[in-house]
Amino acid sequence: MEIFLVGWVAATLRVATPLIFGTLGELFSERSGVLNLGIEGTMFLGAFLGFAVASRSGSLWLGFFVAVLAGMLSGGLMALLAVRLGVNQHVAGLGMTLLWTGFSLFGFRLIFGEPKVPPSITPFQSLSILPDSSFLGPIVNQHGLTYVAFLLVPIAGWVLHRTRFGLNVRAVGENPEAADAAGLNVYHIRTLALMIGGGLMAGGGAFLSLAQLGAFTYGIVAGRGWVCIALIIFANWRAAGVLWGALIFGGVAALQLRLQTMGLQLPYELFLALPYLVTILALIIAGRNASAPAALLKAYRRE
Amino acid sequence: MFTVQMLGIVKRFGDRVANDGIDFELKMGEIHALLGENGAGKTTLMRILYGLYTPDGGEILIGGNPVKIHSPRDAIRAGIGMVTQHFTLVPTLTVAENITLGEGGVLVDLRQIKARVEALSERLGIPVKAGARVGQLSVGEQQRVEILKALARDARVLILDEPTAVLAPQEVQALFEVLGRLRCEGISVIFISHKLHEVMTVCDRVTVLRDGRAVGTVEKARTTPSELARMMVGRESFGVHRQGERLPTGALLRVEGLNVRSRNGSVGLHHLSFEVQAGEVLGVAGVSGNGQVELGEVLSGMLRPDAGRIWVGTQEVTRASPAALIRAGVGRIPEDRHASLVGELSVADNLVLDQLEHFSRQGALDRSAIRRNAERLIAEFQIKALPETPVRALSGGNMQKVLLARSLSRNPLVVIASQPTRGLDVGATDYVRGRLLEQRARGAAVLLISEDLDEIFALADRIAVLFAGKLMGIVYTREATVEQVGLMMAGAPLERSSIKEVARG
Amino acid sequence: MVKFRLEQASAPLWFRPLIPLIALPVTFLLTTLLVLWAGADPLKAYYHFLIAPLSSRVSLIEVLVKSTPLLLTGASVAFAFSAGYWNIGAEGQLYAGALAGAWLGMVLGDVSPVAGIPLMIVGGFLAGMVWALGPALLKTRLNVDEVVTTLLLNSVILFIVSYLLNGPWRSPASMWPQSPEIAQGTHFFRLLPRARLHFGFVVGLAVIVLEWFVLQRTTLGLRMRAVGLGKKAARFAGLNVNRTMLTAALISGGIAGLAGVGEVAGIHFHLIESISDGLGYSGIIIATLGGLHPFGVGLAAFFIGLIDTGAQSLSRALGVPVYLGTVVQAILLLVTLSLFVLQNYRLRRA
Repeated sequence: MEIFLVGWVAATLRVATPLIFGTLGELFSERSGVLNLGIEGTMFLGAFLGFAVASRSGSLWLGFFVAVLAGMLSGGLMALLAVRLGVNQHVAGLGMTLLWTGFSLFGFRLIFGEPKVPPSITPFQSLSILPDSSFLGPIVNQHGLTYVAFLLVPIAGWVLHRTRFGLNVRAVGENPEAADAAGLNVYHIRTLALMIGGGLMAGGGAFLSLAQLGAFTYGIVAGRGWVCIALIIFANWRAAGVLWGALIFGGVAALQLRLQTMGLQLPYELFLALPYLVTILALIIAGRNASAPAALLKAYRRE
Repeated sequence: MFTVQMLGIVKRFGDRVANDGIDFELKMGEIHALLGENGAGKTTLMRILYGLYTPDGGEILIGGNPVKIHSPRDAIRAGIGMVTQHFTLVPTLTVAENITLGEGGVLVDLRQIKARVEALSERLGIPVKAGARVGQLSVGEQQRVEILKALARDARVLILDEPTAVLAPQEVQALFEVLGRLRCEGISVIFISHKLHEVMTVCDRVTVLRDGRAVGTVEKARTTPSELARMMVGRESFGVHRQGERLPTGALLRVEGLNVRSRNGSVGLHHLSFEVQAGEVLGVAGVSGNGQVELGEVLSGMLRPDAGRIWVGTQEVTRASPAALIRAGVGRIPEDRHASLVGELSVADNLVLDQLEHFSRQGALDRSAIRRNAERLIAEFQIKALPETPVRALSGGNMQKVLLARSLSRNPLVVIASQPTRGLDVGATDYVRGRLLEQRARGAAVLLISEDLDEIFALADRIAVLFAGKLMGIVYTREATVEQVGLMMAGAPLERSSIKEVARG
Repeated sequence: MVKFRLEQASAPLWFRPLIPLIALPVTFLLTTLLVLWAGADPLKAYYHFLIAPLSSRVSLIEVLVKSTPLLLTGASVAFAFSAGYWNIGAEGQLYAGALAGAWLGMVLGDVSPVAGIPLMIVGGFLAGMVWALGPALLKTRLNVDEVVTTLLLNSVILFIVSYLLNGPWRSPASMWPQSPEIAQGTHFFRLLPRARLHFGFVVGLAVIVLEWFVLQRTTLGLRMRAVGLGKKAARFAGLNVNRTMLTAALISGGIAGLAGVGEVAGIHFHLIESISDGLGYSGIIIATLGGLHPFGVGLAAFFIGLIDTGAQSLSRALGVPVYLGTVVQAILLLVTLSLFVLQNYRLRRA
C-alpha cells in the first residue's frame, strides 16, 4: 500500500510540473486582461525547440532556454495581435496554436526526417537527493525543473502582489482606464505579461520533451494547454490555486496509471477524462466567473 | 506664479463640436468653478487638460510656458491631478495600492506606502483607511482616496468633476472643508459643477460654459445665483413649445414605491411614486447621476426593480420584459442610442427588430414588407437614409429618428423618453421634441427624463425632480421657475422655495 | 521622432472584399522563409501549393474531398459565431457525429441506402446537437464560459472514442483500433466514378445554401445576427437572447456532427481515432476567413482544402514537409484578422 502511495505521489508531482508552468504562464496573461488560447501551441513549440536544440547542441539547458525565449517571442506576437491591434482574442489564440503546432511539426520533419526509430536524447535525470530505495526516495528525487516549477508558484504570487510590475498587471487587468489615468502604459504592461506568460508556457512544453520523455512526438502536449485554461478558472486566478489545481489534476491523472497496473476493470479512459469533467464541475460551482479579472477579453483603446 | 491658461481650445467628436474656442484661466490658490449644463463641454475641456483627450486646436500654458499634454502621465508631471465622475480606482486593490499606482520602482513596500498615505491623509485632513479594499468603501470614501491619490503626486492643480453628485449632504460639507485647506496650501482647484448654490458657497471665481463656448468669468462676490443661472441656461427661445394646457383624463402610467438598490456607485431609486396622465408630458429633471439611468432602464424593461409596482393603463407591468412592455403599448426612447440599435444591421432590419412576428411567414422573413415598412417610416420620420443603409453610418440625429420611428409608429399608450435630444444638433432636437409633443396631442402619456432644463420647461406640463434617487417634488410648469427647480435638483425639498435659504446639498 | 497613432475611422465598404486579396500575398511572403529553409524554390513551391492541385482531374477532386468536412465545420462555427456563441467544440461535435455514424453503421445491418443514408444524416446531426447541449445550457443558464467547456469536451469525447475503439467496438478484422465496417446501406455513395468524392460533398453544399437562407431570410437568422452584433440592443428590442443563443449552439453542433458522419460514411467506412485532424479547429479558421458569411465560408473551405491538397503535392514534389499547409492556414488567419481590425483605423500623426 505504501509503495502505491509513494509511487502515486511521485507521479503526481511529475505530471503536475508542465501544468504548473503552463497555468502560471496563462495566469500572467489573464491577470493582465488577455485570454491566451495560444498556450497549447506555445507548449508544443517549447517541446519541439527544446528537443531540437538539445539534440543538435548536446546541451539540455541550452534547449530549455531557447524554448523559453521562443515562448517569450510567441507571447510578444500575441500581444501585437490582441493588445496592440485588439483582434478577437479567441480566434487569435487558436490561430497561434495552429501556427506553432504546424511550425513545430514542419521543423521536426525538416531536421529529423522520418526515421524508423524516432530520435531521442538522454533526458534530464531526476535529482538524487535521497537513495532511490529509501521510502521517500521516489517522491523527493524529482527533476530539477519540478522543483523550479513548485518554487515558481510562490514567486509568481510574490511578483503579482509585492512588485511594482505585479501591481501594474493586476491594475491593467481589472480597470485599464484607471491604470491609464494613473499614467501607466497599458500596452507595455500587457505585452510584458504576455511575454513572461509565453516563456513559462514554452518552459512547460520543454519539460515534456527534455525531462519526461526524452523525445518529441506528435501527441506530446495532447491538450494540456487546454487543461491549463480550465485550471486558471479552477484556481480562481490565484497563484496558490494554480498549485492545487495542478496537483488535483495531476493526482487524478497519475491515479489512472496506477489503477491500470493494478488490473482494475474500469476503462482507463474514464480516468483520463475524469480530470476534465471535474474541471467542468468546478467551473459550474465557481459560478459566474465572479473572480475573473474584470477587463479580461476586452481590448483597451483610449479615445 | 503658477497659472494654467487654456487658449482657444477646440475639440470635435465626429460632427459634434464639444469645445468651440474656449479660453480658460486659473490663478494660484483659488477655487475656480466651471459651471454649465450637461453637454456644455466642461468635462471635455478638463479631460483635455488632463491628457485624456487631444485637442483639435488651441494651446495650453502652465506658468506662462506652453506645454504639450498627450497623456495623463504628462499632466501628472505638470502638476495636474483629476478626480473624474467615474472613479479611476481598481476595486480589487487596496487604498494604498491604488494611491501608489503609476509610481516607479521595482518593489512595492506596502508598509512604507501605507505610512506615507497615512501621513499625507493626516496633513491634509482627508481621512482614509489605507489598508481597505477600495471596492468595499462607500462612494464618499472612494472619492477621498481619489483626491489623495492626485495629491500624492504633488499636484498643484486639482480638477474635480461633479464631485458632489454622489455625496450625501454631510459629506459635501466635509469636502468643502478639505478644499478650503487645500487652498491654504496654495493648491488650486477647478470645480466642475451644475449646482449653482454650491458654487456660490465654496468657489472664488466662476467660469460659465454653454454649448461649447465660454460665456464669461465672474467673481463669486460680484454675482448672484440668478445671474449665473441665466448665463448657464441662456435666453434662446426654442422652436418647440407645448401649446395649451391639458385636462387630466386618467393616468396611463403609474409607478408606486419603486425601489432599486444602489450598487457600484449608482444611487439607485428610493420609493418613487408618480403617475403620468393621458395627454400630458411629465418631465423628470435632475442632475446626471441621480437615478435617471435607473429609472429609464426599469421602465424600459432592462432592469428589474427590487420593489414597487408599475402599471400601464390597467395592466400591471412590474418586472415585464422588453417584449412584454412593447406588447403593453410602451414606446421607449433609450438613453444610449448606440447600445439600443444594432449598428451593423440595416435601418430596415432595426425598424422591425421588435416585432419580427408581424413581418414573417412561417419563420421566413417577408423582405418586401420589411422594406415597405422602412420606406414608410423613413418618409414619415424624415430619416436621412435608405432602408439598406447600416445604422452605424447614420448621424446621431438620424439614429434617434430610427428609434423614434420604431417606438412611436405603433401608437403607444405610454412613451418613455430618456435624454432624447442629447448630442443632437438643433434641427434634430426640434424634430424630436415636435414628435414628443405630437404624442402628447394624440393622448399618450409621455415621461421625459432629461438633464436639459430648458427642454423640460419647454415640453413638460409638470416637472418632477430627481435627487439621489428620490423624488424631491412635482410642480406644475406654469407655476415653477428655473431657480426653484434648480434648487430642488440640488437637493432642497419642495417646501424651501426661497433662494435666500441656501440648502447645502 | 514622429509618433503615430491609430485613429478610428470607418472603412469604405469596398475595402472589405479586398481583404482576402491583400491577405494572400502577405501570407505567402511570410511563409517564404520556411520554404527556403526547406530548400525549395518559393515560386515552384507556390505553384505546387495553389496551381498544381487545380491542374488535374484527380487532384481537383481531391481538393473537393478535403473540402467536404471543412464546408460543414466552417458552416457550423460560422453559425454559432454569428449569434455570438463561441463554439470551439466543433471538433468534439464532429466526433460525436462520427460515433453516431459508426454505431448506426453497426446496428443497421441490411438496411437499404434509401433509409440508411437519411438515418445516418439524422443520427449524425442529433449526436452533434447532444454533444453541444451541455456547454450551451451552462452558458445560457449559468453564464459559464462556453469557450472552456466546449474545449474540454473536445478532449473528453476523444477519450470516449478511444475507449470504444480499443474496447467494445474494436473490430477483430484489423490490427489497428477501428470499428467494424459500416453496413453497405449506410455508405455515402460516390458522386463520380473512380473518385473519392462522396455524397457528403452535396450535403456540405446544401448546408451552406441552407445556412445562407436561414441567416439572411428567416426570423431566426435575423434574431441570431442581432444578438451576435449587439446583444444589449437585441435585448432592448425584446429578443430572447438566451433562447436564440441556445438554438444557434445546438444547430451549430448538429452541423459539425454532419461533418463527422460524412467522414465515416463517405471516406473511411469505419471509425478511427484520427478521423479528424483538427477539422473542427480548421472550421474556426474557415469561419473567420469567410467573414461568417456562408458563401465566404464555402470559398474559404474550398481554399483551405486547396491548401491542404497543395501541401501534400508540395511534399511529394519538392520534399517540403506537408505541415507547411498548416502554417500557411494559420498565418493567413492571423493576417486576415489583423486586416479586419486595421480596416477601421487610419494612421495619423500624433
